Amino acid sequence: MAEILNLPPNLPKSQNAEVGASKFCPGCGHGITLKALAKAIDELGIQQKTVFGCDIGCSLLSWNYMDLDTVQTHHGRTTPVIYGFTRANPEAIGIAYMGDGGGLAIGAQHLVNAAVRGERMMIVVVNNTNYGMTGGQMSPTTMPGQKTETTPYGRDCSVTGKPAKAAEMVAAIADPSKSFVARSTVSNMMKLKQTFVKALKNVENGGFSFVEVLSICPLNWRTNNEDTFGRLQQMEEFFEVKEFLVPEGV
Amino acid sequence: MVNKLIKEDTKMFLTGNEVLAYAANSAEAEFMYGYPITPQNEIMHTWCKLLPKTEAGFLQTEDEISAGFSTIGGILAGKRAFTATAGPGNVIMQDAQSMAEMMRIPFVCAVMQRGGPSTATVIYAQQETRLTCYGGNGEGFRVVYSTAGHQDLYDYMIKAFNTAWKYRFPTYVLADGYQGKMREPVVLYDPASRGINMVPATKALLSEGEIGVDRKSAHLRNTYNMEEELMEVLEGYKADYEKMSEEIEEWEEYKAEDAEILVIAHGIVARSARTAIDELREKGIKAGLFRPITIRPLAVKPLRAAVSRAKHLLFTESANGQLAQMVLEKLYGLNTPYSTLFKMGVGVTGDDVVNKVEEIIKEGI
Amino acid sequence: MARTKIVLAGEGGQGVQSIAKILVEAGYEAGKQVLYIPNFGVEQRGGVSIAFCQISDEKIGEPRFAKGDIVIMLSDRALDRCEAYVDKESTIVYDTSVCTHEPNCECKRVIGIDANRIANEQLSSRVFNIIILGALLEATKVLELSDIKNAMEMALGKKFDAKPELRELNYKALEMGMGLVKESAVHNG
Repeated sequence: MAEILNLPPNLPKSQNAEVGASKFCPGCGHGITLKALAKAIDELGIQQKTVFGCDIGCSLLSWNYMDLDTVQTHHGRTTPVIYGFTRANPEAIGIAYMGDGGGLAIGAQHLVNAAVRGERMMIVVVNNTNYGMTGGQMSPTTMPGQKTETTPYGRDCSVTGKPAKAAEMVAAIADPSKSFVARSTVSNMMKLKQTFVKALKNVENGGFSFVEVLSICPLNWRTNNEDTFGRLQQMEEFFEVKEFLVPEGV
Repeated sequence: MVNKLIKEDTKMFLTGNEVLAYAANSAEAEFMYGYPITPQNEIMHTWCKLLPKTEAGFLQTEDEISAGFSTIGGILAGKRAFTATAGPGNVIMQDAQSMAEMMRIPFVCAVMQRGGPSTATVIYAQQETRLTCYGGNGEGFRVVYSTAGHQDLYDYMIKAFNTAWKYRFPTYVLADGYQGKMREPVVLYDPASRGINMVPATKALLSEGEIGVDRKSAHLRNTYNMEEELMEVLEGYKADYEKMSEEIEEWEEYKAEDAEILVIAHGIVARSARTAIDELREKGIKAGLFRPITIRPLAVKPLRAAVSRAKHLLFTESANGQLAQMVLEKLYGLNTPYSTLFKMGVGVTGDDVVNKVEEIIKEGI
Repeated sequence: MARTKIVLAGEGGQGVQSIAKILVEAGYEAGKQVLYIPNFGVEQRGGVSIAFCQISDEKIGEPRFAKGDIVIMLSDRALDRCEAYVDKESTIVYDTSVCTHEPNCECKRVIGIDANRIANEQLSSRVFNIIILGALLEATKVLELSDIKNAMEMALGKKFDAKPELRELNYKALEMGMGLVKESAVHNG
């Protein structure tokens, strides 16, 4: 007789146990990213002072995923809601969580200006190279030749320009003395968590942090497991995974 | 907490934009978020100049979109925060304003109308009336006070914070470039001296208590999965709004009791109408004014009563009938004839109204 | 006096808004009802600058009026632009040394003064607008000279204290402006 083990799920404290393990599509990178983030928050013991804002798109599904005070916003507008909050309450640790569309297209002006002003917050851009929620259109980070609903014959960079490199852009404009800027990947969750720990520590120190997370979208990519991680590997070659800015004390 | 600068009645000679900054301080507003656009800039300028004394906060954002959304952020943090805008800025700020409607966020905004469409003039208009009352996608509920001079600006800016925080609907002070830029005397006062207590600001996120011990984590949403789920929420909002309306509706009547010709105007144009009415009365013409102060919600009962008593209506606006459209809808079933004097983006003078009324009389009412 | 409606118009840089501010400040300090709207169009930069002022014993209703009791025009473009604010009850004051033509609209009275030339030749180009303010004071007669001097002190007191001769220069310009209008009245009379 098979025995059914009824063990409670092993969730970080900052993850909402009522929601359970995942509400994202099978194979989605958001679950890994959020778990890493929740673990980082637990490690720093900042759950009670963290405010989490989620963008529209797949990131929206994180709205009750965390056991954190959370607010849904509008597409691209999570950054201003969160810096509006932390300006008014400088004790808070603000996190704006969004996709590549929210960060680099519709909300790009907020990302640029938050970085330049050194807003006391962490912006997380989960880069899965497409607009997942709306059905897989081209995004600013869609890879050269990548097929999406709006580039059905593959992204033609002579027409659309080359993929945007968020971390490099932010690193170029942010104040190196108080900004943490990194690109990480869901292929290494422990390293991703460590990146979040550094980024959040920097916010605690009063700085601005930006973390781009290379992520996967097997549903819209129409890839099996092997191809999904193959694609992620290609992305890691194209988008350099590293820490671009690390201020002292982090 | 901020330091209030006005501790006793103080008569000052100010521009309207300056008055709004002082009013926000008297209302104990703690934070302003804003982006430069004429003719509202001096609200920010004054607010910033006063910061060392008030110890309030200010953030100049990258655009009106972020001004609106960061204001929301400040409010969620439990601060009495506000913003101000005009013209094309008012258009793009609707993005944030609709979020405030959906989430019942006590958003306060001063709108200093300028000419439109597009960039048009930076001077004056009443062409953002409809936008300020009904902007945003969906059918949000908001409160709009239309002011007619500096004392109004002071009184209603203070009131706007209390209406917003008491009833949790976005609340607007709708003025214009004339009011923003013109100078006239005004009496500033401590609201407490008028029996006005500020409704306390409360935190929506990171409120008191420990997550997982004293309370659950807050998950604030503006997205709904089901049609019926949305309607249920909105029906609740509608019921709240209708209940509130009776409590907050405001209007002004001037010689309207026996008026045969009733001028219907809002904001600064209503002031020109008063000048005209005095002149017309001297000429023996029974003219009067009905001025809605809350233009959303409109005070329908007194409006219909005044209209019923009159023989002829004259709608006048520095716009092509934006208020008239809202008012006429509420006059269904009444058959008082009406005329219009609409000057798109241009000030209406007392003479304009006098001439129009005399023309109406000449044609026979 | 019920209400005096004043239009002041000139080129950007002629100091139109500065004297409008002193004028209404003086009215306010003198206990009158006052209302001032600066025309702050794009024209504020390099165009015609207009100030709409009202001084009244009673509460002021309309912020913008149709016709001015006194319409001051300090350039050709101001002449062209502001004829719209003139009717047969209006008094026009214009600068003969700046404008190349006379106002050609029907009005009660036209006062031509060569304030610009006088400022340049006898005082300083900087007090051109103060001569105009003096002319305005004399033409309207709704405020006392002392009211204007008080308001000038409020606006320029720091500069005056640093350079006392500036105070004298400004006072002289004021009186000169008043004199120009008086002369014109004698001339007309």
